[in-house]
Amino acid sequence: MSAIAHDVHAGGHSPAPRRQPTGFGMLLYRMKKGLGSSTPYLMMLGVAFWIFAYWLLCEGLSLPRFEKIPGPVTLLSDWLSATPQQGTSIYTPDYYQHIWVSCRRIVIAFLLATALGVPLGLLMGWSRKVKDFTFPLFETLRPIPIMAWVPLAILMFAGYETPVIFLATLASFFATTLNTMLGVQSIDESYFRAAGCLGSRKRDVFWNVVVPGAMPYIFTGLQISIGVAWFSLVAAEMVSGDYGLGYLILSSYVNSVTVPMVIGMLTLGFVGWFSSAIVRFVGNRLMQWHVKALAMQGR
Amino acid sequence: MTMSAVPVAVDHAAGKSRIELKNVSRGFGEEWAREEVVQNLTFEIKPGDLTCIVGPSGCGKSTIVNLVAGYDAPESGEILLNGQRITGPGKDRMVVFQETALMPWQTTFDNVVFGPRLRGEGARADVDREAHRLLEKVGLGDFKKKFPSQLSGGMQRRAELARALINKPLLLIMDEPFRGLDAMSRPLMQEFFLRLFEENRRTNLFVTSEIEEAIFLADRLVILSNRPAQVRAIIEIPLPRPRQFHMMNSPEVFEIKRQALEILHDEAMKSFGGTINVGARHAGGAEARP
Repeated sequence: MSAIAHDVHAGGHSPAPRRQPTGFGMLLYRMKKGLGSSTPYLMMLGVAFWIFAYWLLCEGLSLPRFEKIPGPVTLLSDWLSATPQQGTSIYTPDYYQHIWVSCRRIVIAFLLATALGVPLGLLMGWSRKVKDFTFPLFETLRPIPIMAWVPLAILMFAGYETPVIFLATLASFFATTLNTMLGVQSIDESYFRAAGCLGSRKRDVFWNVVVPGAMPYIFTGLQISIGVAWFSLVAAEMVSGDYGLGYLILSSYVNSVTVPMVIGMLTLGFVGWFSSAIVRFVGNRLMQWHVKALAMQGR
Repeated sequence: MTMSAVPVAVDHAAGKSRIELKNVSRGFGEEWAREEVVQNLTFEIKPGDLTCIVGPSGCGKSTIVNLVAGYDAPESGEILLNGQRITGPGKDRMVVFQETALMPWQTTFDNVVFGPRLRGEGARADVDREAHRLLEKVGLGDFKKKFPSQLSGGMQRRAELARALINKPLLLIMDEPFRGLDAMSRPLMQEFFLRLFEENRRTNLFVTSEIEEAIFLADRLVILSNRPAQVRAIIEIPLPRPRQFHMMNSPEVFEIKRQALEILHDEAMKSFGGTINVGARHAGGAEARP
């Protein structure tokens, strides 16, 4: 028995290992490590390169077809100005109203889609009967582009708010449900067998095998789903809406003010990135086992 | 071969129980494309014995494991555990799988206590104490809070053994448990597992395709034919326990190995469909499959 324990206690004469730093010490350690790698410099170089290319096209050379598009200098000076020439900057309350309205719609749509999609996907993946019952309809509705739902949404729901949220929810729901279902189907049969001989009841198998086993796929699905939620939200806001970043972009175009249009686009990019990062963060928090398994593979 | 194991009375508590397979058959596929995988299989596992099932690859060993574990049911015949017919999976028969089946989302410790906790058996403190004891015993005392992905292959197998043993099964079913381990940890695991088995001799059905491993571990070998699996030979291993590696060098073992390999070679040749002819010695065994 003791012979087997050797691989466990390997090493022994190495110098005392450094303690794991805590709090601020950890932050410093991470910064030092980060600055020592090529990552931050490559990132800065990349961003600088693309901004330069953008400047060259619109302002440096102002090539034909690009002269009407605001370049980075025009854009930033208006974006950061207290008195923007084209009406939208970080000092105008309207700008935050647009961001807030879009974010609120995304949160509602994303939570609704998750609350409906995850349970449905789990059941579809787990129970043959539920899948037989729902899958044909699901697969028929799923490929319908969200834009094709716009007229129906406007007919079905009153006002500006509900049709937009409905469209974003719908897109998000399909991505979440499908990924969750695939997640359950990806779970190795041996875990169900192990749970079976350990004497689990069906309910226990659901909570201890189906749910945690599908988790990595669910969170992949949620990341896709928040992306398509933004996509369909903006499309919907362009058609029907009174506020929101999509509305800002289209109304700026209609009013021939190009700077707010690009401000709206870039803001969408940042907010969308931030929302995916939150989903990723929550996923990693909930799935420490998965994070560690990936780390063992050097990822 | 001579019978060496001392007969042991059926003793449920210590996991010494008797398994009988009587004319067990199982096939798959539609009527017009039947594939018989197990046919009229009859053998017995004596209480406290370690029985190794050996057979050419693809002969239906895993199907037998599934039948005894209760994941699958025979089409005819019956499987009895202490005289009781097996109807489904249960905690009285624990399976240690080929590939690790530890739940990757649970820590080593949570994996071990999973069964008793789910069934709500025993006080939580007692279950925890037993889990700690078993994990220390399998040399994973420092790895209780690690996830399976953070353990080496050998550690995963030991964790799985602990997860099975905490349920005090009547029968331990091991389906090629050491396959995929490297050449260094495999003999270590074999020896470790032997010491564990010899401590209380819990009845064990051990499936392997390695004849040396089978002889080293087993009280009896059940050698299966090529598909459909039938019993080709039963060989008693007269080596004393505790087993030691040096026993593998005795002339007895060489003789057993020679016999077993000859049978296995004949059977393996059949899976080639008799299309190749390797040496005159085995020519008789090579016959075409239907």
